[in-house]
Amino acid sequence: MTTTGPVTVLITTFLASAVEAIEMVIIVVGGGATRGWRSTLIGSASGFGVLAVVVAILGAALSAIPIGPLRIVVGALLLVFGLQWFRKGVMRVAARGFAGTNRVAQQEEAEAWTGPGIDWTAFALAFKGVTLEGLEIAFVVVAFGAGANQLSAAIIGGVGALVILVAAGLLLRRAVQRVPRSFLQLIVGILLTTFGTFWSLEGIGVDWPGSDASILGLLALYGATAAIYVTLERQRAFGLRPEV
Amino acid sequence: MSLLRSWIVGFGRFWYQYIFGDDWTLAAAVGIGLIVTAVLNTNHLAAWWVVPVVVVVMLGISLRRASRALR
Repeated sequence: MTTTGPVTVLITTFLASAVEAIEMVIIVVGGGATRGWRSTLIGSASGFGVLAVVVAILGAALSAIPIGPLRIVVGALLLVFGLQWFRKGVMRVAARGFAGTNRVAQQEEAEAWTGPGIDWTAFALAFKGVTLEGLEIAFVVVAFGAGANQLSAAIIGGVGALVILVAAGLLLRRAVQRVPRSFLQLIVGILLTTFGTFWSLEGIGVDWPGSDASILGLLALYGATAAIYVTLERQRAFGLRPEV
Repeated sequence: MSLLRSWIVGFGRFWYQYIFGDDWTLAAAVGIGLIVTAVLNTNHLAAWWVVPVVVVVMLGISLRRASRALR
């Protein structure tokens, strides 16, 4: 049984968290700027509290399971989830190239809150933004960390991405919107599909040719697949090639 | 009671989206690929190539289907 290094785990969970954190930050910063910061920050803190409980419960539960069966389950989950991001990433990069996200209009149109007490609209907006966008990433961080037997590195990667993107979101709102989320989603989709494939098959008991080195082989295969499918999708979308 | 029901429905929807997403055939094909891999491996046959082939082929089929639906 092989193990994945903490640096690989940290980089992968950092990138995966960054993809969802971008949307989370845009929702929270958009809500704070338009409806006011107090209720938005209380809603965000409540959302992060829920996420922390989920990570703690899942982490403790997964740590109690032997690594073999655990890798089949988390590997298969990461594989199907990564494959969805892989698919979305190919479609979005083919359609939009390296453009950033456009999800600002709904926050720009919200009305400013001037009354006393909690603004429940701002609270709900921030709470939902943090929990919904964060829940997927919490599962990826915990599953990836448990599969690699590097839960601490995975949590540091996930929290690090959140802290950096929240700080960047507060300081440089426009810059965060320009981060090429589609491309990032494609890269993370390829990484999750690679590790999902590797771990699920290791869990089954398959001997990979070249052991850990086959991870690089899988990355090369899926990277080449992404490049070919993006090119094909662009040709289909923009009619660069006559239909056969 | 209705709050509990809506929470359970929401939790179920989250997991459906997490596993099946926009195209359930991808998850189904991966599941079949893993079963075939396990069967081949049990019979001492080389099985490491099955899932990567399933991923590459099914991704192409799914993308083609999606781009046809958009047209």
